Amino acid sequence: MNQGNQVSESPQKLISQINNLTTDDPLVIAGRAFRSRFMVGTGKFPSAEALRAALAASGAEIVTVALRRVDLAKPQTDSIMSVLDPGRHLILPNTSGARTAEEAVRLARMARAMGLMPWVKLELTPEPKYLLPDPVETLRAAEMLIKEGFVVLPYIQADPVLAKRLEELGTATVMPLGAPIGSNRGVRTRDMIRIIIEQSKVPVVVDAGLGAPSHAAEAMEMGADAVLVNTALADAADHGGMAQAFAMAVIAGRLAYRAGLGPVREEAAASSPLTGFLE
Amino acid sequence: MRLTVNGELREVPARTVLDLLQELGLEPKRTVVEKNAVIVDRAAYRDTTLAEGDVLELVGIVGGG
Repeated sequence: MNQGNQVSESPQKLISQINNLTTDDPLVIAGRAFRSRFMVGTGKFPSAEALRAALAASGAEIVTVALRRVDLAKPQTDSIMSVLDPGRHLILPNTSGARTAEEAVRLARMARAMGLMPWVKLELTPEPKYLLPDPVETLRAAEMLIKEGFVVLPYIQADPVLAKRLEELGTATVMPLGAPIGSNRGVRTRDMIRIIIEQSKVPVVVDAGLGAPSHAAEAMEMGADAVLVNTALADAADHGGMAQAFAMAVIAGRLAYRAGLGPVREEAAASSPLTGFLE
Repeated sequence: MRLTVNGELREVPARTVLDLLQELGLEPKRTVVEKNAVIVDRAAYRDTTLAEGDVLELVGIVGGG
């Protein structure tokens, strides 16, 4: 798709070059350094090709997957694992589908048995309309998983108190939501995310609801350490093109955060001298 | 032998977990197996025997956010 677009011709090379702008500024999670601050979810892509294009253009090094019962009617055609490159991607299994802490632990153990790294995106969203994370079960599951040696990245409501409690338990990150999963609504929880960023000693990953590159840039400008995007990429007409746009926005937001944004003012502050032009 | 596989009752000739996966056309490397709610070590698929009434869950990786 979009083959006439020069920028899309070697998205991998471009994003690699752009990621080099911030090589002195790696994202460190549980002692492991990553160049990319853009995490990508692999759900809902219309084809393996679409996912492959998005992953290549994203430059993402952390890529989420889910676990489900094998469909015995059409087993493992076009497996997602054929698209992922364990040399380049840290494959981060989520616990979606779990309704209790026990179910989340069961899913995490299965992922580990699959031979994946013992990292888990803890996601406990029992209520189907808004898929909001259950804070009580999430806290319980985090404690159980950490005891079993998992590196835990919990998906949470943008609740600074909960974020602090999870950090104190020993989670590797916190992942507050911008808006409900798949809603493409942007950083609606901005005020609470600001507090989480201010107080957090572990990386803050804004996850869910980011529907446009400007949303990702906004989160990064605020000082988020990374973002995770899935639906906005899967929904796009050009999956690689959108992944590239997000990757550039993530880096732009990070560079702006590091450069220091100017203060927001109620009144004008002239950028030209205020004297009359012939005075 | 009658087993419950992913919630469905099935009559299978399989004697071991590895047999079962092969009969169902599943790749052992890409499939996690729970037998009676206990995860079977992948290295033990060949040696893990099945018994009448066992409950198997076969799980794989899919796309997810």
